[in-house]
Amino acid sequence: MGDSTLVLGQRLSAWCGHAPALEEDIALANIALDLIGQTQLWLGLAGQREGKDRDADTLAFHRDAWDFRNLLLVEQPNRDFGVTMMRQFLFDTWHLEALRALTHHTDADISAIAQKAVKEVTYHRERSTDTVIALGDGTEESHARMQSALDRLWPYVGEMFEADADDLTDMAALRPAFDAHLAATLSAATLTQPSSDFAHLGGKTGVRHTEHLGHMLATMQVLPRSYPDAKW
Amino acid sequence: MVTTQVPLDDIWRWLSDVPDPEIPVISVVDLGIVRDVQWDGDTLRVTVTPTYSGCPATAVIDMEIEAALRAKGIEHVTLKRQIAPPWTTDWLSDAGRAKLEAYGIAPPRPAGGPARCPRCHATTVERISQFGSTPCKAQWRCKDCLEPFDYFKCI
Repeated sequence: MGDSTLVLGQRLSAWCGHAPALEEDIALANIALDLIGQTQLWLGLAGQREGKDRDADTLAFHRDAWDFRNLLLVEQPNRDFGVTMMRQFLFDTWHLEALRALTHHTDADISAIAQKAVKEVTYHRERSTDTVIALGDGTEESHARMQSALDRLWPYVGEMFEADADDLTDMAALRPAFDAHLAATLSAATLTQPSSDFAHLGGKTGVRHTEHLGHMLATMQVLPRSYPDAKW
Repeated sequence: MVTTQVPLDDIWRWLSDVPDPEIPVISVVDLGIVRDVQWDGDTLRVTVTPTYSGCPATAVIDMEIEAALRAKGIEHVTLKRQIAPPWTTDWLSDAGRAKLEAYGIAPPRPAGGPARCPRCHATTVERISQFGSTPCKAQWRCKDCLEPFDYFKCI
């Protein structure tokens, strides 16, 4: 959970000062901030449970690509605003369902983080859903870009529901709620859901990240790695 | 060593003078983020809950609470961050809500939008964006006086 929010938070931060409108710029920066805040909670808890004296910053800045356990979807590059918003919509739709399930987790710390995050992510999903509808059902150009973004990112959807031993909840069980929200949104957005079930796997397990993660981490980690005791 | 435990009512009164760094018209007590204050021997334990998990003001708020209490002569202060139950805008005091509106920020409402424009009080308002200048605010606009304004969003 923490690696996915970290990687997506870092990706979104790159839009700061570059989004197509001031409101979009502010929204993306705020969502990035929420995700980085959630990362501090998740990675903070992970470090505490691991018991090897690693805090959230150590886990974020001093691990290499193969040690990251994020979804492949979130490490995909921003490309244009359409791809960024489609990636956000697909992630938010899964994220909200995952957090709702985790609010009932038997571990009190996990449940507490989920209860906090679910409030923030409710706003994230509302916004990305509205944006996908507005752009999908917008001009010929915006429609074409959103359909192309969906086609490009679709192979990274399946991994979100792929079960593995480290999952905090039954990820496959989230699929019906995801599919329902997806279908309603795509229909309103006049977009077509791709028919292929093919899914790239390996991000969540760390076995096979895409080439994009390493480049992103190089930028994100350079300062604390080059100047290990830097304070600011 | 002799220690004096200042009455908790005084502590709460002092804390109600500590402003929120982003919205200085309301205090950290108005905001509802100070959850508990307890003496443990000669140490004062203050429990604070963050508004949004990534809110950069959180660290500043912690510093200001500590500085305010030290300025009153309390030597040992520890701050504890508590995230459950999560902060909700329901904890904003009535005084805080009134101060927000007077400052030009529409206070949160469970209905999900501002009741009226904080400037001209017209009720015809529309949303510009669910996100605003800080994590806790959304951008709205009055369709009457046409001024954009901040809305403290409900969570």
